[in-house]
Amino acid sequence: MSGLSTDYLSYPKRAYGQDHSFYDWRLSQNRPKLEWKNGVKVAICLIVPLEFFPLNPSGVPYKHPGAMVTPYPDLRHFTVRDYGNRVGVYRILEALEEAKSQATFAVNGEIARRYAPLLQKLEGHEILAHGVSTNHIHHEGLSRQEEEALIDRALNALPSPKGWMSPARGQSSRSLELLAQSGLDYCLDWEMDQVPVMAKTDKGDIMLIPNSYELSDFTLLHTRRQTEESWVKQIMSAIDMLAEEHERFGGQMLGLTLTPYIIGQPFRIWALRELLSRIGAREDVRILTAAQINQDFRE
Amino acid sequence: MKADPNLYDYWPYAGRPKIVWPGGKKLAFWIAPNIEFYEFMPPNNTQRQPWPNAIPNVQQYSQRDFGNRVGHLRLMELLDRYNLRGSVSLNVALCDHHPEIIEDCVKRDWEFFSHGIYNTRYSYGMSPAQEQEVLNDSIATVEKATGQRIRGYLAPALTHTESTLDLIAENDFWYSCDLFQDDQPQPLKTKSGKLVSMPYSLEVNDVITYSVMGMDPDRYSDILIRHFDQLLLEGERSGTVMCIPLHAYLVSQPHRLKVFEKALAHICAHTDDVWFATGKEIAEHFRDNYWDSTLADIKARGVAAGGTGFAP
Repeated sequence: MSGLSTDYLSYPKRAYGQDHSFYDWRLSQNRPKLEWKNGVKVAICLIVPLEFFPLNPSGVPYKHPGAMVTPYPDLRHFTVRDYGNRVGVYRILEALEEAKSQATFAVNGEIARRYAPLLQKLEGHEILAHGVSTNHIHHEGLSRQEEEALIDRALNALPSPKGWMSPARGQSSRSLELLAQSGLDYCLDWEMDQVPVMAKTDKGDIMLIPNSYELSDFTLLHTRRQTEESWVKQIMSAIDMLAEEHERFGGQMLGLTLTPYIIGQPFRIWALRELLSRIGAREDVRILTAAQINQDFRE
Repeated sequence: MKADPNLYDYWPYAGRPKIVWPGGKKLAFWIAPNIEFYEFMPPNNTQRQPWPNAIPNVQQYSQRDFGNRVGHLRLMELLDRYNLRGSVSLNVALCDHHPEIIEDCVKRDWEFFSHGIYNTRYSYGMSPAQEQEVLNDSIATVEKATGQRIRGYLAPALTHTESTLDLIAENDFWYSCDLFQDDQPQPLKTKSGKLVSMPYSLEVNDVITYSVMGMDPDRYSDILIRHFDQLLLEGERSGTVMCIPLHAYLVSQPHRLKVFEKALAHICAHTDDVWFATGKEIAEHFRDNYWDSTLADIKARGVAAGGTGFAP
């Protein structure tokens, strides 16, 4: 056996701190205290992805977690996903309206092109660019030009979005630089801290607003098969802990994903109403859009 | 291969014209027992293996057989107590294998629709002529066994080709249970015919809740009740449809059926607001009263995309 190449046991980035240059290593106890406006201790960003899942996904470089499953034509998964954009999202919008809350809608370019009436309904909420479609994942195998073209296509489909979330939250090592170059102010793919973190690139800075994978409705209700009761309880536990830590760590935040084809189901929508009502009852918790978080943080 | 099947147009749920079910009801409720035959030694289909491991699969085969030998009767007697008629999603070969079950359904005036020949014969790779043969077989077999002309279709094991929906529409089927994009019926864009997309359900289908999501019986009843309550609430604005698709090999297990009855009792207590119907009855009412107004609304919203399924 000749074994692996000698490179495999060489570690060129083995040094103090991160192994990339986007942001510095910083322990939570060392970060400057952030204070949200109006005495708010915990900010919540509600992120609603509006995604197009083509019937013929390429699977390059991998299949999006919500992509087709059975052989072509997988009408079953195509229509189950499309339910979210036709029906489920309107239940979410209604629950938000009842609670007078604003959400941040992460919209695929393909959704904007296809579903104009849905885009009109998002007035009063924030619209975030979310790539072209779930079949257009950003990854290392794309050339710089190819990735720039994807970003342009996504941005051109929407009315001047200031923020970005990548399809499947996948990035290449060039993505942040290209997003900054395109004039985007913030990105919701990274979640390494409980507060926003500014990333540096050769083409300017871009803020990374945390987005919880573990508390996402897709992860918790669909992938992990937990209950809606438990989803609400776990989010409220997280909020309680962040509020308790306020004195020591200052304001913190949670990014929560609401997937229309998951939480928008008739048997689940009660849980969103319940969550919004519990959050609404707390003076120390406030739902903010990504744009408001970006602005508050920069101020 | 197409990115979008183009089988229906985008139709935003908010602000649709009002559907009212017969008798001024808000929600059309139907229940779809799947009466299926899985073969012991099914042939291979190039795109899907009948059983995950090897053929035969004694445990899986015999659990399906339990559904036929024990389960259906339990479920029929439960539905009898609530005066509910089933719309049977039928693997039509069962008419030959187990005619006693079919007779029990006919006696109760249940409706039948086709779920293919066997649940182990998939549509993948079939030519249109072969799919037509499946439809001819389905229509003739059910007609002979029950006297009914079937009007609904659910492709066997939810396997399709690009031609499936065009073919069923051409053969004067009235509704398809194959699509899951909505809680209201909608016209499908087939080359001919007048085919309605009928809300069936995967989310509250016992295969999904028990076998995929791993729910226990109490949780299943709980989500059925919540699902019903929400759709009834929305049905006030415009009539909704709720279907509970069932499989006796799952729901009629002795540890589950009594708990399932709690959900059924809740739903059946709402006689003032709920139209208890079969798939065909709902499709017929929609075709006769709301087909044109739905198309007009889609057109008025500027979202009609033109073309037909798999043909933009």
